[in-house]
Amino acid sequence: MKQYLLSVHYVEGAPTPSDEETQTMFRETGRINDDMQAAGAWVFAGGLTSPDSATVVRADNGTITMSDGPFAETKEHIAGFWVIKCADLDAALAWAERCAAACGPVEVRPFDDLSQA
Amino acid sequence: MDLANIYRAEYGRCVATLARLLGDINLAEEAVQDAFTTALQKWQTPPPNPGAWIVTTARNRAVDRLRRESTREARHAQALLLHHQDEPQEVGPVRDDQLRLIFTCCHPALAPEARTALTLRLLGGLEVPEIARAYLVQEATVAQRIVRAKKKIRDAAIPYRVPAGHELPDRLPPVLTVLYLMFNEGYASTAGPLIRTDLCAEAIRLARELAALMPDEPEVLGLLALLLLTEARRPARLDPTTGELVLLADQDRSLWNRALVAEGHDLVRRCLRRNRPGPYQIQAAISAVHTDGAATDWPQVLALYDQLLALAPTPVVALNRAVAVAEVHGPAVALAALEGVDLPGYHRLPATRAELLARLGRDDEARAAYDQAAALATNETERAYLQNRRTELTRDRRAS
Repeated sequence: MKQYLLSVHYVEGAPTPSDEETQTMFRETGRINDDMQAAGAWVFAGGLTSPDSATVVRADNGTITMSDGPFAETKEHIAGFWVIKCADLDAALAWAERCAAACGPVEVRPFDDLSQA
Repeated sequence: MDLANIYRAEYGRCVATLARLLGDINLAEEAVQDAFTTALQKWQTPPPNPGAWIVTTARNRAVDRLRRESTREARHAQALLLHHQDEPQEVGPVRDDQLRLIFTCCHPALAPEARTALTLRLLGGLEVPEIARAYLVQEATVAQRIVRAKKKIRDAAIPYRVPAGHELPDRLPPVLTVLYLMFNEGYASTAGPLIRTDLCAEAIRLARELAALMPDEPEVLGLLALLLLTEARRPARLDPTTGELVLLADQDRSLWNRALVAEGHDLVRRCLRRNRPGPYQIQAAISAVHTDGAATDWPQVLALYDQLLALAPTPVVALNRAVAVAEVHGPAVALAALEGVDLPGYHRLPATRAELLARLGRDDEARAAYDQAAALATNETERAYLQNRRTELTRDRRAS
């Protein structure tokens, strides 16, 4: 079994979804979570607050510094993610298709083998 | 049969089978290369079944090598080999393995340019410099594309299997595209000599394999028919003395390869019987009409282009259809059909417009369009052809 990160990307400035659209998204996301759990593929999932609530922590030569804001000043941010385990990339892509239909573009990224031992 | 031919024919098949036995493409390539090196030293004359000899030798070599190594990949490969131990000692290339490897190389998760390079390398056994020459890119670029693609196959666990029936609508088109582009690049090279027969031959060889492996997929048969019927006309495509491009209408039909024409026509008839038309089958049917009888039945060609345009409404199809429109309804109607067709940077659009304008006697506009086309053409033979046409236009009008 391999583990994959399925991350949902939010583009800054994209039109805000209507309440109804948000409801649909939550409902479908819930369904995907249920199906993943039933299939034994679900490891972890979660949605994130907006990037302006992020804090960056650095440790340079024993000195800890903190700064406000996301790590990279980009227009795209991770809005939420799934961690799943499945046999191969095709299986991961099949889940990603459903996630993308519910939440928008999804990046599928395999974990390296060391971290899934 | 000499070793070079055996290598060309067997390399991909052997790598495909070893990839399944070892579970790793890099290990499979190394093992097969080792086996060919051994063959070079040992063979006085090739054995009756060289593929089986290579696979068996490669597997034994791989076992020896894996026993000496203790990396994680080696342990994994050893476990897989143990798992396959019930297979007979003398194993040959397995045809399904090749199909698995084609689908892995052409997986939609890989970059399109990497798919072609990987297919040529792993299934065609072409070396990196050969691929680089064929596509006029730096060797380092090709090497990097291949390394990156193989790494992604391993890291992301792109599966090594033939997709299930319900996945084929998504997974088969990229495979057909790779073979089509491979042939096209060989037939109308971006630069250098106009025709690169090695790429054409490799694309046809792989399309034949694919058709043998998936005889029930009409688009696979359609692609093979299209390649064969195009290849059949190759001997007449360049003037033997001047090396200039000869248009279909002016070609010496006695130079066409009759065996390939017959095979292509037979495949097109098989497709028609299945009655599940697709873009490659229709293009093959158009090629079949072009190669049937003493002259082209243009109304039939136009009807097929109408069908193709409905199925694949792309600007290139619209451009090709306009050529048929000119033959059936005249150049003015064809020129009108090209209104709104946009193909930035593609020389064949202004070249076609130039032909139509010339036929209408609109010489100044025709010359301008020929200039535009010649400036965009990247292949020397094609550029020379366009410049000739422009010169002839001036001369013909002066003479009359």
